[in-house]
Amino acid sequence: MSDKLIVTAAPHITGADTTQKIMQRVCIALLPTLAAATVIFGLRALMLTALTVLACVLFEYGWCRLMKKEVCVDDFSAVVTGMLLAFNLPATLPWWIAVVGAFIAIVVVKQLFGGLGHNVANPAIVARIALSVGFAGRMADCPFPESGVDALSAATPMSADLTSEAYRALLLGTHGGVLGETCALTILAGGIYLIATKVISPIIPVTYLGTVFVLSAAVGVDPVCQLLGGGLLLGSFFMATDYVTSPTTRKGRLVFGIGLGVITCAIRFFGTVPEGVSFAILLMNLLVPYIEEHTRQARLGIAKVKRGGAGA
Amino acid sequence: MRNPFRRAALGADVPHNKNTAQMETVVMPLPSKIVLPMGQHIGAPATPVVAKGDRVYVGSVVGRANGFVSADIHSGVSGVVEGLTTLTAPNGAGQSAVVIVPDGNQTISPDVRPPVVVDLPSFQQAVRSSGLVGLGGAGFPAAIKLAPKNLDEIDTLVINGAECEPYITSDNRCMQEDTDFILDGIRAVMRYLDIPRCVIGIEGNKPEEIDKLTAAAADMPVEVKCLPETYPQGAEKVLVETCTGREVPFPGLPSDVGVIVLNVTSVAFIGKHLKTGMPLITKRLTVDGDIVKRPGNVEVIIGTPIRELLEFCGGLTEKPGKVLYGGPMMGICVADLDQPVLKNNNAILALSRGAVQPAKTTNCIHCGRCANACPLGLSSKEIVAAYLKRDTALLARLNADLCMSCGTCTFVCPAKRPLAQNIALAKLLMKNGGKK
Repeated sequence: MSDKLIVTAAPHITGADTTQKIMQRVCIALLPTLAAATVIFGLRALMLTALTVLACVLFEYGWCRLMKKEVCVDDFSAVVTGMLLAFNLPATLPWWIAVVGAFIAIVVVKQLFGGLGHNVANPAIVARIALSVGFAGRMADCPFPESGVDALSAATPMSADLTSEAYRALLLGTHGGVLGETCALTILAGGIYLIATKVISPIIPVTYLGTVFVLSAAVGVDPVCQLLGGGLLLGSFFMATDYVTSPTTRKGRLVFGIGLGVITCAIRFFGTVPEGVSFAILLMNLLVPYIEEHTRQARLGIAKVKRGGAGA
Repeated sequence: MRNPFRRAALGADVPHNKNTAQMETVVMPLPSKIVLPMGQHIGAPATPVVAKGDRVYVGSVVGRANGFVSADIHSGVSGVVEGLTTLTAPNGAGQSAVVIVPDGNQTISPDVRPPVVVDLPSFQQAVRSSGLVGLGGAGFPAAIKLAPKNLDEIDTLVINGAECEPYITSDNRCMQEDTDFILDGIRAVMRYLDIPRCVIGIEGNKPEEIDKLTAAAADMPVEVKCLPETYPQGAEKVLVETCTGREVPFPGLPSDVGVIVLNVTSVAFIGKHLKTGMPLITKRLTVDGDIVKRPGNVEVIIGTPIRELLEFCGGLTEKPGKVLYGGPMMGICVADLDQPVLKNNNAILALSRGAVQPAKTTNCIHCGRCANACPLGLSSKEIVAAYLKRDTALLARLNADLCMSCGTCTFVCPAKRPLAQNIALAKLLMKNGGKK
């Protein structure tokens, strides 16, 4: 019993959650949508996802080795990026374009800025935007479902006639689009799983979707179609809630969600590119440091300082 | 009242591990010696008033309070002073300590008799001479709390029965076993300080104690409040806010918002002291941890070496990694097992090397759990970033010095980053004006 004891500062225990477990839960939440995409678009959807995940993990591993940094692919963050990237691509995309996307996401957007936690914008979103701009034709070439007839008459459901048929198609995802924009039900299920397991706070998705709903109704566009169509659901539950590129406080998340909704609607109603959600998330990502600075929490027992909002 | 959108203050779901909650207190027999450090409280260490070879009795003063913020130290045994030694305090500073070898007779000092209390000054004097310090863990001399400058503005007595630290059940046992003393103490404080109202805050994981105190205090202006089961409910500022809705200003004291806070064990001691006159010489401790053979609640003479206390609890099943004064969230590491039990201890935990193994850290992923859990609303990760840049101006703007080191941010961090530990260093940096 005379052996030396460990002496450290408190606390002496930590919680069960780890970065790895959180990232794994995000992967689990994406699985139903992957399954739906495979049903809708066939095995090539699964292959594409496997390819982007593999490419992302390999780029992360290779870069860390090259830069002689600690290899941290076991944190699963590259897997999440790979899955999200695939969900932003059409199933028919040539494989090498997907690999270019993985390179942009992991090397350019994430690792060049310092790796996990240091990127300014969401890697998958920037990669999607880069590919949309660079390979506009191929990115817009969304395939129709393999099985059955496309329930909608056009490849872009946003402009389709609105019938109850159309709503059902949007919910089930039996329409054209990128992998993760089709089946609203599975995305919702994944989002609810993330909220229930406390991986994400409901504030960003709720305010984002709410803002889009209200603004759509205000300008006389069918709000339900706006919510279910395009990449809004995937973006609001999985991309806008990315920890690294979203605010940390409740107030900040509220501001962030409303900002996302306003920009998305502005692009959708007045813009010419079909990238409302992507650009909204990218633009709001860039504003996060500013939002954080101005939405810090009130501190117990500290009187408010009147100083232009800063430090309040 | 707190607006949850302005300050989330979610706290942490720390496992309670109250394994010993149903275990009645057992009295530990006399140790082979007791070691009484002169600094067992916040403030100036006491001055030893005994020398080698002196005879002392149970309740004899061996260290005299040195100034206003200080406290007397009494012997818990009758015996002979073996000498004065220098002990390394947990913070690394050396301090003098009186070592006493018991004679086994436990002869009570003739000075020990029930105090004559008729008014506020005599009540304050009784508490001062009892050597009582805040028994919740902080060790602030209790007599000072009972002498606020704005006595006429004090309208609420808050009794802290939250006991939010994992493992510890000594306050819990106090509420079960010393219910009458608690109420006697509350009555005395309310009467002599003329406080009209009392709130007892108890965490919801102790329903029996809530019922027992509610029933016992039925005819008094006492409200027993059930607190949420998230850590840290027992932190003074959090407790005052939950029990009264008032925010203790910073810098400031609960008395600034008309509140006096006492721990249940402290108030029970006051109740008992007024009856018996016996100063603070024993302490009820929870002895627990994954390697203690017979965990339980033990009444120990203050100054008992931890080694003897652990042996009384059946010893350890393996070599300890850490031994703590207090709980795993805010407890202080004991440097060696010859260190004694102190006045403000409420638990001794022995944890295996495996249980305290530090987890692998990753980069900060900005999940914001630290800030949203912080009971005070601090931006933990921003404070740490500012500290690493030695930016004292930003630290001041982020109110880093408000941090009370409850450890919640470190506990909830999924990246396993030592946030609270770095914030403690940040506070030191601020105190030293930017120099380390």
